Amino acid sequence: MKPTTLKYKSQAVAKLYFIGALALFVGQIVFGITLGLQYLIGDLMFPAIPFNIARMVHTNLLIVWLLMGFMGSAYYLVPEEAETELFSPLLAKILFWVFLSAGALTILGYLLVPYATLAEMTGNNLLATMGREFLEQPLPTKAGIVIVALAFLFNISMTVLKGRKTAITLVLLMGLWGLALMFLFSFVNPDNLVRDKMYWWFVVHLWVEGTWELILGALLAFVLIKTTGVDREVIDKWLYLIITMALVTGILGTGHHFFFIGLPGYWQWVGSVFSALEPVPFFMMTLFAFNMVQRRKREHPNQAAVLWAVGCAVMGFLGAGLWGFIHTLSPVNYYTHGSQITAAHGHLAFYGAYVLVVIAMISYAMPILRGREANPRRAQSVEMWSFWIMTIGMGVMVLALTGAGILQIWLQRMPTEGAMGFMATQDQLRFFYWVRLAGGVSFLIGLLTYLSSFFIGPGRAEDELPAGALPRTA
Amino acid sequence: MSRGFTSQMARNIFYGGTLFFVLLFAALIFNTEQRIPQRSNAAALTPAVVRGKHIWEANNCIGCHTILGEGAYFAPELGNVYTRRGPEFIKAWIKAQPTGAPGRRQMPNFHLNDQQLDDLVEFLKWTNGINTEKWPPNVEG
Repeated sequence: MKPTTLKYKSQAVAKLYFIGALALFVGQIVFGITLGLQYLIGDLMFPAIPFNIARMVHTNLLIVWLLMGFMGSAYYLVPEEAETELFSPLLAKILFWVFLSAGALTILGYLLVPYATLAEMTGNNLLATMGREFLEQPLPTKAGIVIVALAFLFNISMTVLKGRKTAITLVLLMGLWGLALMFLFSFVNPDNLVRDKMYWWFVVHLWVEGTWELILGALLAFVLIKTTGVDREVIDKWLYLIITMALVTGILGTGHHFFFIGLPGYWQWVGSVFSALEPVPFFMMTLFAFNMVQRRKREHPNQAAVLWAVGCAVMGFLGAGLWGFIHTLSPVNYYTHGSQITAAHGHLAFYGAYVLVVIAMISYAMPILRGREANPRRAQSVEMWSFWIMTIGMGVMVLALTGAGILQIWLQRMPTEGAMGFMATQDQLRFFYWVRLAGGVSFLIGLLTYLSSFFIGPGRAEDELPAGALPRTA
Repeated sequence: MSRGFTSQMARNIFYGGTLFFVLLFAALIFNTEQRIPQRSNAAALTPAVVRGKHIWEANNCIGCHTILGEGAYFAPELGNVYTRRGPEFIKAWIKAQPTGAPGRRQMPNFHLNDQQLDDLVEFLKWTNGINTEKWPPNVEG
């Protein structure tokens, strides 16, 4: 392999973030499998780690590691795009350790202290923000997230301001600033549950179906520019059209969460129409990725990164687009709302869109951060295997949860007379929950396979191969 | 992509489109805000209901249950539990946890006192009265 050096040495801080993100990812999956088991063995780990605690750890780790992945990606991408060193690499390193320790302390708090005690200890009586799904973090953690986010945005924005401004950095910055801005709604918790729920979606929906899509688009565009060598003008146009469609459909698409939580009936029309269009930007992303790879002007030696990027575009469309669409129209959602169908969609959407884009970035950047343009062929081959094991594992999980959801709706929701109760229905879904668990274990094996690829060196005689001479195996 | 369509034009469409839909969304939220009090029967939102909501949050009930269809999907929907079970059953059930039945899903005991149990029931009673467009489809939630 040809030795490569970083274009800007401050990009090196990204490595810390990527390693941290992957470590937390493993934790997330371990807790995920625990949850899958608790669906089948209800009293597993009870009372040490009840379901609600394990679930909180699972979802909070997901959010933290994805944010860490976004930050690492920004630290790698922005200096290269802006053609200047990072404003302050030291600040970036300090923020990493602050963020990691705050995250670790929060998780330990969940695991070691009863949640109500944790709430009392951390000032939830002064400003009640806890106990709402995904926003369970104690007040000091929420404040810490805001401080870390502001310092991070300051660092990144100053770097862009002193350097070249490209479409990719502008879109990335808008996404990151939007993410921080919408998080402020996590401090809004009105006494009226209906109002509480409405503003809660300002964080949750306008993150994953709004601002995060800008980040996704920017990272995907960056990896595609680097690996295909297609003209920037072409990629910029695609990027802007994709994010236009993402926000045009996604902002009013928020309405698909407003059908049955006490908000006016007109949201059923607004939400159904606009969220039915939400697959469009994801479909455009798939076209974009395939198009760019077809029009490539070079054979980049890192074909694993190309696989992750194309995989992200395809799985993002299936998970966020297709699996979202199947239950987004209000007459359908009337039956599917809050069923295992929602869980199926949530898993595939997060994996397809956000997990895969972060791994695509890591896969592209990590070899360069380690001083080579691409990993040895053997390592890339293991990486590609890990993509398929994880993706098939996730596919099995999602199909199982979809099956569970359909049966649940049939037994518990559809009958007008004599519908089956919640727990009796759950007993009928055990087959699907076993299959889901098998998918989850396969996912963990895929993840460990991916991590093992980092430790695989070149095979015999591979050193003599020129960097561009790798056969295309994807 | 046709010739003559530049990335600057695409960018301007993005800015214009986003601004338009942000404003439209803000207008709809403004209107919705006006209608929430009537749809949620805010007049019945007593201090006991507010205290009950805080008990709901401080014990992370949403980590297993759903309320109006949102939350975890591990334990029953509670938006309509007041209709399904009634106040006395709810209180007795919470006090009796965990059941300890082997292999069954277990709910922790949160050691709530009588006042807290009453507040929680008030919260569930008020929630039960929210206009949810006739969701859930039947009493099982």
